[in-house]
Amino acid sequence: MPINTQPVTINLGPQHPSTHGVFRLRVTFDGEQVIDVEPVFGYLHRGTEKLAEERNYVQIVTLTDRLDYVAAMTNNLAYVRTVESLTGIEVPERGMYLRVISSELQRIASHLIATGFLLDELGAFHTPLIYCFRERERILEMFEMLCGARITVSYMRPGGVLQDAPTDFWPRLDDFLTSMPGYLDELEGLITENEVVLARTRDLGILSAQDAINASITGPVLRATGVQWDLRKAEPHEVYDRLDFDVPIGSVGDTFDRYYVRIQEIRQSLRMIQQCVAQIEPGPVRSKAPYFIRPDSVDAYVGTESPKGELGFYIVSDGGISPYRMHIRAPSFINLTVLRELLIGWKLADLIVIFGSLDIVVGEVDR
Amino acid sequence: MTEILILRSGFDFNGIYGFFDEFMPDSLDWLVFLITSLILAIVIINAVVLSTALLTWFERRLLGRFQSRLGPNRWGPFGLLQPIADLVSLLTKEDTIPEGADKPIFTLAPIVFLAPALIVFSVIPLHGGSFLGNLNVGLIFVIAITSINTLAVFMAGWSSLNKYAMFGAMRAVAMLISYEIPMGITVVAVALVAQTLGLSDVVLAQDIPYILVMPLAFLVFITAASAEMSRTPFDLIESDSELGAGYHTEYSGAKFALLQLTEFMAPIIVAALVTTLFLSGWRGYGPIPGPVWFVIKTFIVLFGFVWIRASWPRLRVDQIMGLAWKGLLPLSIINLFVVAIEVFIFNPGENGLSTTDLWIMTGVNWGVTIIAIFAIFNLLGQSKSERPVPVISPLANMYANTNTVKKITDLAEAE
Repeated sequence: MPINTQPVTINLGPQHPSTHGVFRLRVTFDGEQVIDVEPVFGYLHRGTEKLAEERNYVQIVTLTDRLDYVAAMTNNLAYVRTVESLTGIEVPERGMYLRVISSELQRIASHLIATGFLLDELGAFHTPLIYCFRERERILEMFEMLCGARITVSYMRPGGVLQDAPTDFWPRLDDFLTSMPGYLDELEGLITENEVVLARTRDLGILSAQDAINASITGPVLRATGVQWDLRKAEPHEVYDRLDFDVPIGSVGDTFDRYYVRIQEIRQSLRMIQQCVAQIEPGPVRSKAPYFIRPDSVDAYVGTESPKGELGFYIVSDGGISPYRMHIRAPSFINLTVLRELLIGWKLADLIVIFGSLDIVVGEVDR
Repeated sequence: MTEILILRSGFDFNGIYGFFDEFMPDSLDWLVFLITSLILAIVIINAVVLSTALLTWFERRLLGRFQSRLGPNRWGPFGLLQPIADLVSLLTKEDTIPEGADKPIFTLAPIVFLAPALIVFSVIPLHGGSFLGNLNVGLIFVIAITSINTLAVFMAGWSSLNKYAMFGAMRAVAMLISYEIPMGITVVAVALVAQTLGLSDVVLAQDIPYILVMPLAFLVFITAASAEMSRTPFDLIESDSELGAGYHTEYSGAKFALLQLTEFMAPIIVAALVTTLFLSGWRGYGPIPGPVWFVIKTFIVLFGFVWIRASWPRLRVDQIMGLAWKGLLPLSIINLFVVAIEVFIFNPGENGLSTTDLWIMTGVNWGVTIIAIFAIFNLLGQSKSERPVPVISPLANMYANTNTVKKITDLAEAE
């Protein structure tokens, strides 16, 4: 007997526990199966690019904190590097090391959030999430020592960083570096060999390397497909060329790879910070740069490897104290371009997990 | 003469009925019946609801410990009054019914959900007998009554006029009915070994706890039961990360409180059933009285449930159905066959299986269990499957624009 069925359209979001903020997906289901997806965004649009046109170059640093609000340090880094490329301001050695240390710490914190929420979306009752948050908390406390803020740090300035790390920062960092691998093993013991996690994430939402490059996807999502591409190696900035680290890649490009690449990147980041701590020497952390910067060049684009992918700032200057136009290449936004192709054909539960494994932050998507 | 002293409970239907019948005239039998029923109802409801309140506190505190946080600790000593605070909070909320909802069914669903859970408790033997005395078809009664909650979940989801609720309800119907089958088949095995259908008699027959005699049945039963009460890793009826709340999306106020109450009552029922069927119920050793043993065993099972909830992610719909039909159903049938053959060979008479027979069965069944679990795990398991070694894609060359290696040597030379 033929059964008459009809597709159901559901609004996932903007108020939904698993849409990472105020993201909205208009999904059409055939039973449990996804047959069409239409992402709707803009609920968190704050006009960052326009606001930047009315602020001077130092003030814009605080705007960048609010882009990817779980990785403010790398946002700062990407922005100040663009300004330095525009104006030619030099950064002292110690400032560069502090930048690398803080942005790698931020990368760990961001990946911990991605992993924790992915597991939360898989249905684990907050336990892995809270384990991740417990470790992230220690990173945020170190940020508080560096600059007084935990989330919206505004630590970096054109020409260096805000201030040198206090003396009691270094023992805390050492303590973190020695204990973190153990905690990662604990987390992996809970997740990586878990039968349910494997059943839910393996061969799920496979993205091919070809498609990823065609959609100009960057970051862990690209590396999970097997493409070894990391701007820290491809265009070494700051002191990354003096550090010895690997770029982990995935084998299949599925959700499990996207998770596992992030875990491996956390280990690599720890390695980098250890080397930085060994190499860093006393000295100034900030070169003399005027508060009102008037660039000589017309425009500059610099891409930086943020936890989500290539975060690029394109700044056009007319010689004034604020940019004529600033454009942000937000990795979260561009990584979403494959969303429809990834989701169609999977089930509702998979939709949430694949979406979570892309690790977007709506503050960056909507800007 | 080492027989354990079993105290028969006086506080059951017959006892109370007899007490009132003594000084009431025969013409008022219906009143005696009514009074007895009311007393039992009040006792059961209060006992179960209070222990559920305690369980919510226990579960939240325990989850807090698992997640390296504190859990509720503000209200009362160790946060023990937290359930009362929650209840007051829920009862003072506005009780909304969505426009376009099927009002009678929407209102009826929480009641249909709650009633079977309470009824089941009337037959669980806490101390020699249950509240209803010794019901000789206790096993069938329990299976029949617990099946009703599928209907309640579907009623709640259907009448809400909400797509999320509908998703939850549809999943519930598919899943709960599937898991009834392995659960029923395991219970048949228990009845075979115990040679009875009465729950108290099942306990009396357990000279060796059936968890040792039939480990496979225990595993299947506890898995199917945790699916029946839709807890992690089978909580897709109200999977909070996908559907928000599932079938009770539109519920608020007192109705929501009833739904939550039943949901937290389900682990107690299942733990009590597991204790009765597999952990030899109220029987224990030493001077500790039977009901205390019963509570201790129930709490151990509950602890296991909370532990699983704290550490396992959720399975997908098709995987859950696959586990029921491809994993649990064969396992339960294997168990039933093995047990049936053993019982046929030992051929118990009126007195049931002797302790020696049970020990022999224990030995055989453990072997069968280990082999069966290994076989099923290798067929359905994931962690054994091989994954290709990561190969660097030739589509991009990260080192194309860099002279990283050269720079490092430069640095070394400069030093």
